[in-house]
Amino acid sequence: METIEKKIVIIGGGPAGLAAAVAAYDAGERDIAVLERDGYGGGILNQCIHNGFGLHTFNAELTGPEYAARYLELMRARNIRIDYDTMVLSVSGDRTVTAAGPRGMVRYDAGAVILACGCRERPRGAINIAGTRPSGVFSAGTAQRMINVDGQRIGSRVFILGSGDIGLIMARRMTFEGASVAGVAELMPYSSGLSRNIAQCLDDFGIPLMLSTTVIEIRGRDRISSVVVANVDENKRPIKSTAREIECDTLLLSVGLLPENELAMGAGVSLSRVTGGAVVNDAFMTDVDGVFMCGNCLHVHDLVDYVSKESAACGRAAAEYVKAKAPCNTDKSDFVTIKTSGGVRYCVPQNITRSGGGSITLRMRVDNVYRKARLVVCADGAAIINRPRPIMTPGEMETLELDDKASTAVRKAEKVEVRLETEGVK
Amino acid sequence: MSGKTTNNEVREFVCICCPIGCKLKAERDGNTVRVQGNTCKRGEKYAIDELTAPKRTVTTTVRIDGGELPCVPVKTKDPIPKDKIFAALYIIKHTKLDAPVAIGDIAVSNVCGTGVDVVVTRACAAKNVRKE
Repeated sequence: METIEKKIVIIGGGPAGLAAAVAAYDAGERDIAVLERDGYGGGILNQCIHNGFGLHTFNAELTGPEYAARYLELMRARNIRIDYDTMVLSVSGDRTVTAAGPRGMVRYDAGAVILACGCRERPRGAINIAGTRPSGVFSAGTAQRMINVDGQRIGSRVFILGSGDIGLIMARRMTFEGASVAGVAELMPYSSGLSRNIAQCLDDFGIPLMLSTTVIEIRGRDRISSVVVANVDENKRPIKSTAREIECDTLLLSVGLLPENELAMGAGVSLSRVTGGAVVNDAFMTDVDGVFMCGNCLHVHDLVDYVSKESAACGRAAAEYVKAKAPCNTDKSDFVTIKTSGGVRYCVPQNITRSGGGSITLRMRVDNVYRKARLVVCADGAAIINRPRPIMTPGEMETLELDDKASTAVRKAEKVEVRLETEGVK
Repeated sequence: MSGKTTNNEVREFVCICCPIGCKLKAERDGNTVRVQGNTCKRGEKYAIDELTAPKRTVTTTVRIDGGELPCVPVKTKDPIPKDKIFAALYIIKHTKLDAPVAIGDIAVSNVCGTGVDVVVTRACAAKNVRKE
């Protein structure tokens, strides 16, 4: 088997992998390979043909493919290698990456590995909808790829379960393709999508958003012919008396994204039960020495701009690591673990190194809709950050950028806590 | 239509200019429109447009002959009037391009007389001309 030595091997040529590669290069590392299983770079961006990307990163309103093209241009300008059609089969704890590609099996011996594998969709099987098994039931992202990349037509009367952003975007997309969209059902009493997507994808076309509603049965022999929907009570149990049948020939499921971390698990990386991604330090290193993680496989983001920013920091940290060993996430005496409470579901990074330097960015999600809340960071009981948030929703990631002073306070503290202080939940 | 009309002169809606989704309140007072709730200038413009002449950027795909891909994504270069969306989609649906195309190539010029071009947003090489 051919063996290639590389300082940094990045797994995944989507937005996370590309941003990490560009940043690692700009931090002085030239010996980089990006491994991409598809025949082109940009990952999920290629099927996200709608606009609204890049406002933070490029100060321009771009579509997904345009955003990807900008990064591929940055890659070309730096002559960073991307190995296309290359599927990584395993990553070991000593940073040996085994891949199958156009040249057959190849082994990469890496100084650092960055896992930028993205996420995949929660499938029908994971949500236990009763009924038959007809064709015409798609996860929303699969349908998006079939329509936008493969140019196929998938159905003419559509029902959508789940009001995440992909579900909302697909409601408009199907409408544009000439289909009628009967409605979007959401189990929760609020949508997990961005409010602007509810405005421009549903309200614009009069598509009803049915909150606290779910699909309880799928009907149809060969092709789906209808779904039965019902309202749910506060415990999310369907209320039988509200059941009604809605005719459709297509059901799209937009019911959540799961970080894709089989490779990480094979390498022995510890994963968080909350995010599904690795437990990382502020240099984005997992608990396996020299194995880093960023993007949607670390935790699912709502904006690609945030992915790019986070992944650039990860790329810089990996470049730093291969030059002079960066603080290691496995040395328990060298980090403080951030506790989350009061409605904050998780915080990434989870661990902050004591010996590390630079300012810290904390990214987090809350577990409910909160109004007039404050995000508070406490170091040894003293509030060092206290920021008002008029509204917070589970669908929108919160970012706290700590200045140098606050970052130093966090690094020195024995106990660090991120919590939400609120006057009322709505 | 987005937003609800509370009376003839005040409307509330969610700004779609960026992912923040500011909750805007626009009040019309004669010929002037007063906007509240926006965090940037684009929000103000959006609210005024939404009251006077709502516009949207339209994104879809267009068929391509002889390309590596069966279709390429396109967008209206600028937002077009909301009531022209489906007429524009009809024109785009009946358009066919020839590979190769580059980002920014015009797929339909001056779509539906809006003065706005529909442009390609992903490059597509001709078939069998494989990169690298």
